[in-house]
Amino acid sequence: MSDISKEPMLEMYKFETTQLLEQLEQILIRSEKSNCYSPEAINEVFRIMHTIKGSSAMMIFNGISTLAHSIEDLFYYLREFKPSDVDYEKLTDLVLNCADFMKDELGKIENGVEPDGNPEELVNLIKVFLSGIKQKDNKSIDSKELTREKSANPSDEDKQKYYISYNLNNSSKPHYKATIFFEDGCEMENIRAFSIIHALNDIADEIHSEPSDIIENENSAEIIKREGIKIYFSSDSEYDIIFKLLNDAIFLKKLELDELKDIEEMQNVKQKKTIDLDDKPIIPESSRLHEKEHTNKSFQQNIISVNLQKLDKLMDLVGELVISEAMVTSNPDLKGLNLDNFNKAANQLKKITGELQDIVMSIRMVPLSATFQKMNRIVRDMCKKLNKDVELEIIGEETEVDKNIIENISDPLMHLIRNAIDHGIETVEERTLKGKNPKGKVTLEAKNEGGEVIILVKDDGKGLNKEKILKKAIDNGLVQDNGKEISDREIFSMIFLPGFSTKESVTEFSGRGVGMDVVSNNIEKVGGVVNVDSVTDAGTTMTIKIPLTLAIIDGMNIRVGDSTFTIPIISIKESFRIKEDELITDPDGNEMIMVRGDCYPILRIHKKFNISDSIHNIHEGITIMVESEMNTVCLFADELLGEQQVVVKALPQYIKKVKGITGCTLLGEGTISLILDIAGLVKSNYK
Amino acid sequence: MAELLEEIDVTEEDSQKDKFLTFSLGKEFYGVEIIYVTEIIGIQPITEVPELPVYIKGIINLRGKIIPVMDVRLRFKKEANDYNDRTCIIVIDVKEISIGLIVDAVSDVLDISSQDIVPPPDVNVNSHNRFIKGIGKVGNDVKLLLDCEKLISDDDAQSLTNI
Repeated sequence: MSDISKEPMLEMYKFETTQLLEQLEQILIRSEKSNCYSPEAINEVFRIMHTIKGSSAMMIFNGISTLAHSIEDLFYYLREFKPSDVDYEKLTDLVLNCADFMKDELGKIENGVEPDGNPEELVNLIKVFLSGIKQKDNKSIDSKELTREKSANPSDEDKQKYYISYNLNNSSKPHYKATIFFEDGCEMENIRAFSIIHALNDIADEIHSEPSDIIENENSAEIIKREGIKIYFSSDSEYDIIFKLLNDAIFLKKLELDELKDIEEMQNVKQKKTIDLDDKPIIPESSRLHEKEHTNKSFQQNIISVNLQKLDKLMDLVGELVISEAMVTSNPDLKGLNLDNFNKAANQLKKITGELQDIVMSIRMVPLSATFQKMNRIVRDMCKKLNKDVELEIIGEETEVDKNIIENISDPLMHLIRNAIDHGIETVEERTLKGKNPKGKVTLEAKNEGGEVIILVKDDGKGLNKEKILKKAIDNGLVQDNGKEISDREIFSMIFLPGFSTKESVTEFSGRGVGMDVVSNNIEKVGGVVNVDSVTDAGTTMTIKIPLTLAIIDGMNIRVGDSTFTIPIISIKESFRIKEDELITDPDGNEMIMVRGDCYPILRIHKKFNISDSIHNIHEGITIMVESEMNTVCLFADELLGEQQVVVKALPQYIKKVKGITGCTLLGEGTISLILDIAGLVKSNYK
Repeated sequence: MAELLEEIDVTEEDSQKDKFLTFSLGKEFYGVEIIYVTEIIGIQPITEVPELPVYIKGIINLRGKIIPVMDVRLRFKKEANDYNDRTCIIVIDVKEISIGLIVDAVSDVLDISSQDIVPPPDVNVNSHNRFIKGIGKVGNDVKLLLDCEKLISDDDAQSLTNI
């Protein structure tokens, strides 16, 4: 297959395979927890591997497909012979390793490198494991199946294609024979026949067809056209249901459905089919594609995947629409006119754009569950390596967050969980000594609170060592005065500084002092904050607060001189006018104000940003009290212009980052307003 | 330098080859390769952004796209002029960065073939002629040809990132 025809399919392949692998991981970990593989789980793994095998072979990623094939073999055995004595932990390890191998290969594909990994070792491991189970399993085994199993290798993988299970001992079910003719000229009769058989697969067993090699053999289309396709099967379902199912097929011309009294006829066909299978060496690539499509259809009926870029574009457009709407309805030309009807229409428009905006936002909202579920794997792997016993409790995984934010919090969460297990939770012995439950517990909780999402990572470990952190900070010259005047919270927040690790030794999982820096950086990037609370021997709680979305915020526009700024409404507490005599000035020239018994610093925006032609008299302008991370600052501006929903745009790349400003937005008249970075301003004032 | 120019010429489209948009700053005439230029607009209300070097005047709204604007006079350490109705913003696209250049006036598009371009004198490399990548001769006039990439991405601009 040439590269050109591969390109568009490659995207699909990567997306699908990644999803399947994630699904696989979840199934494995869930099954391992309950220490048994339910028939559904085995079936599911089998199906996943089958799909991956097919699509990988189609894309000529032989490493992945070979490996998937051997896992498929393994689970085929588990499914068909239900061996009693299986080391499920080892099985999970093995399959997870295989999944990792596939992920690595996918990573290579992502980076445009040939996936050249050699699955030989893993394949051998699986073979050894499989034969181990077989030996243990005393049940009599159909020797024919076994030989087929052993001879299995990639070149004859098509033999496994008809693993549509046929138990020989369900002859109690009634048998049917269906003869189907398609309309003349509908083309691709063989593929249509295949889809019918596939549909039947849900309700029927022992499906055989005549001709049997419908997909592999191009000529079968001709035969079906002439003689129709005969399908033999047994089923528990009512005659009517089967009839309806078959009758629903597209381009159906004639359908005959008979209940068979004579099983002989069916057996004959089965014989024939086995022979056919052995004769057929290679399936054309296209058949795998079709098969793949069919399996997918049954999974995701009402979901379509959309290119994220298109969604972003839609988002931008809706943003522009919101601005244009404001431009029209608050047009200066309309000032002073009596416009009852216009206002009515404008209100209607406003309502619709509002709804549209909500819908577009909700499209981008993704539940956190996928991200949370990934953590299961991390917890499991770490427990094994570190010899700790930790349980991960997940609460509120259905909480939805903007897709962009999800991408940015996955890494921080991983680091926090790792830290919690590596540094926080003690070993089983220590825990028993301390009289705690030997099984540690990490809680991952998400909840909506106002316009924010709060994610808690809580462990019941030994807590942060305050003295150790403080000592380290003093050693590094981060704290003066031996840290006498530092609050607990400030001490704990030092662990987010780059290169700050109190761990003496670097382990595989943590200790380099990089992780927490990544956490705070990534969270800050999406406009969130991280807080730490810790109690010795009771555990540590990390609180991540992130906004629901980044793209559109409710803002208050203010004017300072000729410049317009926007403050996110969320951070505004109140606004008021200060009288000259209420102003307190300390010897350093810092201004403060006393409000209801608390003293707050005043930050003059015109001073901060060097704006010349603005109001300087404190009683002429307006003071806006803003809050971020429990700290409060009063901003002094000329006047409030009004509240508006604004679309956040990044500053041009060339300008990079300006302190105190997070972005900009377009106002109704097309002018630009700068969005103030309240967290940054407050922080700079408190340092 | 001449080699470099030739190289660029080869890769350009024929219609844009050897074409320069010329503009004036005080007495001198400058040229930028037309391939960088996306459009020319009149002077617009500029939103000031704090903490930027003086020559970056701020940002403008170009039909929904927000781009920074640079006063080329200030960039060349000439004295600032008040903007008037001859003042123009030349929007250029360099390495996927869009930026507006504020100039006194735009004159016209000229063909200057590579044999009419000489490298700038090698004296005083550190002075402002580091932005000049060649001197074009057009009749008796001389046009200073700007190196757009240096204009937007030299050390000063780098230091912006460190604020």
